[in-house]
Amino acid sequence: MIAPDWFREDRLPHIYCTGCGNGTIINCTLAAVEEMGWKRDETVFVSGIGCSSRAPGYILTDSLHTTHGRALAFATGVKMARPDLHVVVFTGDGDLAAIGGNHFIHACRRNVDMTVICMNNHIYGMTGGQGSPTTPPGAISSTTPYGASEPAFDLAELAVAAGANYVARWTSYHVKELTKAVAAGMQTPGLSFIEARTQCPTNYGRHNKLRTVPAMIEHLRSHAILVAKRDRLVAEGKPIPEGTFTVGELVRRNRPAMGVQR
Amino acid sequence: MSRTEFMQGNAACAEGALAAGCRFFGGYPITPSTEIAETMARRLPKAGGVFISMEDELASIAAVIGAAWTGARAMTATSGPGFSLMMENIGYAAMTETPCVVVNIQRGGPSTGQPTRAAQGDMLQCRFGSHGDYSTIALTPNSVQEMFDLTVKAFDLADRFRVPTFLMSDEIVGHMRERVTIPDAVEVERPRPLAEGSLPFEAGDDGVPGFAPFGSGRAVHVTGLTHDERGYPDTTDPEAHDKLVRRLVAKIESARRDIADYEVVNPDAETVFVTYGPPSRTVEQVMRDRPDDSIGHLRLRVVWPFPEFALKVFPNARTFLMPELNMGQMVREVQRHVDQPVISIPKIGGELHTPAELVRVLEVYR
Repeated sequence: MIAPDWFREDRLPHIYCTGCGNGTIINCTLAAVEEMGWKRDETVFVSGIGCSSRAPGYILTDSLHTTHGRALAFATGVKMARPDLHVVVFTGDGDLAAIGGNHFIHACRRNVDMTVICMNNHIYGMTGGQGSPTTPPGAISSTTPYGASEPAFDLAELAVAAGANYVARWTSYHVKELTKAVAAGMQTPGLSFIEARTQCPTNYGRHNKLRTVPAMIEHLRSHAILVAKRDRLVAEGKPIPEGTFTVGELVRRNRPAMGVQR
Repeated sequence: MSRTEFMQGNAACAEGALAAGCRFFGGYPITPSTEIAETMARRLPKAGGVFISMEDELASIAAVIGAAWTGARAMTATSGPGFSLMMENIGYAAMTETPCVVVNIQRGGPSTGQPTRAAQGDMLQCRFGSHGDYSTIALTPNSVQEMFDLTVKAFDLADRFRVPTFLMSDEIVGHMRERVTIPDAVEVERPRPLAEGSLPFEAGDDGVPGFAPFGSGRAVHVTGLTHDERGYPDTTDPEAHDKLVRRLVAKIESARRDIADYEVVNPDAETVFVTYGPPSRTVEQVMRDRPDDSIGHLRLRVVWPFPEFALKVFPNARTFLMPELNMGQMVREVQRHVDQPVISIPKIGGELHTPAELVRVLEVYR
């Protein structure tokens, strides 16, 4: 399912650490792009700064590797000026939710017709493992040495509340589901937001009792509960297990969108 | 054919942008620049373009850069505090050689300062405001007509040199109303297309690479990281960084004579006013009131890259006088290029120098 035609082979090998989940998410995205039948000349990848944001540099299309947090604002300019181009944004939790938080909610509100994939590894990976707005409470990072004391953002719920037309969450374990979700997002007019939780063994796992890559992926798998199951638990008045997060399609709707090609 | 209208400076700026073929405006309201956004909001959709009010100035310039990479002529307009917020991405535009126009209708600062008063306090910010070494182009209109003409010119220079180009106006020119002649059509100069077989960041003889906008099938990777001629990151090689940044600076600085635009009055004069923007109007009044060949005037319409050779046009100059609506910003640039005394005549608070104020200084130094 890997799409070799889409890789800039002269840029490989990539800079990601051994065991990083970003490559998986790039593969899932390119598989979805192939499924869509998009042409390379009509597709633009945009990103901000961080590990995730290096992804467009490995893809053989026009691509814009921008400033920290601003990817969605750049992408809005691309899409609004050329609605016939397909625009895909790669971002990370620090890039999107911290410095880029304002651009995130406003891009969802505008519902600009593009696909945003957030590689959420719960940490600032590229700068060496500092706590981000999605670092779980209690987690150890270089800037939360006594455990993160702030609540974490739920990025997918934020995108739903802000107005995106398609929102889903999966993990680097759920490759088939993730690929389908990215394709579904690409098919939905308006902004599609796909949160892909992923492992960062180098800067997150080894400080948080998840020393191996399989341990991290198993943690993602075992703590993910399907939206349908969560809804059933809520309906039955049962508690949602602590530390879990929902996966699946959170919303697919048809609110007015911007930049949709007529 | 052309038409003559009585209009506001900010409106003339928007008209200039439309005439130049601007088809994307991303902005955020800020006094005293807002009428530019308002005019674009009204006019651009009818001209087949896109107006978008972004969530802040960081997003505005980001969207402009994104639009510019699709090949659209794109601009934003702001004022001092918003200009400061744009600085990060202005550096990105310089590094990635993105042609775009940023209009700064300057107001009194620092901080929120005097929103409805004029100043020329951002003249060094527009040259040095972002981080690292780079060079840009800045134009300084002194009339409503020049708001139109220099906006058109800013787009041409931005495209020709692939550089963010600034229209450094101010509240006085932005809000004054004057007669403007608007041509039916203006000639525009678009970027040189990327030649077949050339790399996306491989510079021609003039130091400027050809341009392959998104969607043209060249798979250009654009990054603010130090990059090679392919556009690929190359961040640890000292030579790669040195080569790239020196070229970015040299492509502008080596074209100073080409880019320069200035007016000279009485080149044989001994006492010479050097101005840009609206203080030139006061100097013109002084010279109308006191016809005197010993007083000269150099008015700059382009301040960056600085045309130091223009100062040599006055071989008999004994003193340069420089009225500015700041505490003395461009005067430093003049001082470092001449041996004669350069007298700063600063004024802040939001009002122009009066002719009498300039005459008082003139009496002391002539």
